[in-house]
Amino acid sequence: MQIGELFITALSALRSNILRTLLTMLGIIIGIAAVILIISLGQGATKAITDQISSFGTNLVIIFPGSLSQGPSGTAGVKTLTVADAEAILNTNPSLNIQSVSPVVTRSFLIIANGQHVNASVQGVGEPYGHMQSLTVTQGTFITDDYVSGLSRVAVLGPQVALDLFGEDAEVVGQIVKIDNRSFRVVGITEPKGTSGFTNVDEYVYVPYSTAMKVLLGQDFVQTILVETKNTNIIDQTMENIRSLLITRHKIADGADPDFSLRSSKDALSTLGTVTGLLTSLLAGIAAISLVVGGIGIMNIMLVTVTERTKEVGLLKALGAKRRDILLQFLIESVVLTVSGGAIGIAIGVGATYGITKVANIPFIVSASSLALAVGVSTIVGLIFGIYPAKKAADLQPIDALRYE
Amino acid sequence: MTTKQVPVISFQNICKDYITGAQTYQALHNISFDISKNEFVAIMGPSGSGKSTTMHIMGALDSATSGQYLLRNKNITEYDDDALAEIRNKEIGFIFQSFNLLARTSVLKNVERPMMYANIPPNQRKERALQSLKLVGLEDKAENLSNHISGGQIQRVAIARALVMNPSIILADEPTGNLDSKTAHTIMDFFQELNRQGNTIVLITHENDIAAYAKRVIRLHDGTIKSDTIHSNKTHANR
Repeated sequence: MQIGELFITALSALRSNILRTLLTMLGIIIGIAAVILIISLGQGATKAITDQISSFGTNLVIIFPGSLSQGPSGTAGVKTLTVADAEAILNTNPSLNIQSVSPVVTRSFLIIANGQHVNASVQGVGEPYGHMQSLTVTQGTFITDDYVSGLSRVAVLGPQVALDLFGEDAEVVGQIVKIDNRSFRVVGITEPKGTSGFTNVDEYVYVPYSTAMKVLLGQDFVQTILVETKNTNIIDQTMENIRSLLITRHKIADGADPDFSLRSSKDALSTLGTVTGLLTSLLAGIAAISLVVGGIGIMNIMLVTVTERTKEVGLLKALGAKRRDILLQFLIESVVLTVSGGAIGIAIGVGATYGITKVANIPFIVSASSLALAVGVSTIVGLIFGIYPAKKAADLQPIDALRYE
Repeated sequence: MTTKQVPVISFQNICKDYITGAQTYQALHNISFDISKNEFVAIMGPSGSGKSTTMHIMGALDSATSGQYLLRNKNITEYDDDALAEIRNKEIGFIFQSFNLLARTSVLKNVERPMMYANIPPNQRKERALQSLKLVGLEDKAENLSNHISGGQIQRVAIARALVMNPSIILADEPTGNLDSKTAHTIMDFFQELNRQGNTIVLITHENDIAAYAKRVIRLHDGTIKSDTIHSNKTHANR
């Protein structure tokens, strides 16, 4: 018998008991829908985050105090990086491929102005920071080198902070805000950028790092040093140069763990990609379990079907059906079952993904590979779980099948 | 009728044992007979006589424990499953007592089914199936579903299907068992007509008035042949 005719035969057999067919397919439908949904949402969320990181530029190198090999907690409170390190990186060797350097210190403070108060993350930064983070001001100016060298008590407010303190359409530049009870003059407001990942830069307040260290924090070390490179192609070489410079400056013995670590934003992107990829596969793996459960359900029903249709198998064998004809007929039936279940699952999964991405405001991505995976997996489930019942039917002796009551 | 031509069916010392646990049950014991072309044979006997077993072996649905079965001079005793499937497909037209047709399938598709297994192209199939249905007077029911026609019609469709591959023999196992007597006799008249047209027919039955339509009656008892009689020319319409 031709394969095409076997498909038609299988479809009519499945149509004849539509409720059972649908219930049998349910496991596959749910499994495929869940896999599609999770993979698509994972890809969408990854894209949302990486877009955000990429908007900061892939030409940044971030220097942390402490060694990353001790884990993130190893870096907290480590005081090894200084402004002098930052200046050394910028000035020692012009061939280092370095565009600009900005030390960064940060802490949350209570900000009071105009009878209002908010808690905000105060960032002590240098002039290049604005460019590095693609920050622009809608009013006034950003932190300048002059403010840094002058230890000026000036602040640039994020738009949300400005709004919370002064309300809409207020003339904010020139106003005085109190940060930790010390007066700062507002010199600028940054452009709204919205939430990025887990932080909202609109709720930040920027001050010169020198002022922050001396006046607000009373510390002589910095939390991070941001380095902007000129040519991203040789960023690895540049990082190596910075590392050896700092090792010399910090008098680290040969082979000892350095007391700082370097990361490029490129690294961060790839790490993030790895993490989200891992998370997505993990969740998709869990969803795939339901496919196995669905497959077992299909095998169960196919076994029942074979028993119910024993006499039919006997008749077909009497009419000249060979073992292969019966095997293919039942196998194709279970594949049609899982593939149509897969198709419904894809429709539901894509629909749900569309709905959730619209609500959560993340990019709607359904990759061809996830669709191909769904189709492939549902076919394979049909084959694997269909082969045993089909074999059972094909192996029936015609005489036993005809006698079956 | 008794020419020296090669018989269509030749049973030579056929034995059939069924083994259930430690017990062996001998269903057929040294059965030998020939059936020639254009014969109309009824195989009779009470239940347990071995007539069904005979029919199963004759139909290549089951194999003998010992002895030889020659179908058109081919010893099919040694054939494997697929070869036997081909024999059933090409040489034998089955008509069963019940469960003859595939449910939820059109009459036409039912008749086409043996041709599908013989890989006959679809356009030829339809033509031949319709011809066969015309022969049994049911060409107008071709598109009906098999579960939407009467019992007598079902048997006629089964006959059409049995004829469609031009088999060497038509093997009918209690074909009238589920029919009322009027319909049963109509069907039997039809078998006689088919025989007159040159078909070789073997009929399994336990009813004398059905067997009376045949030209020759083989009676089985406890797995052996009790009698093998050829009717004189008075076969027609014993109503």
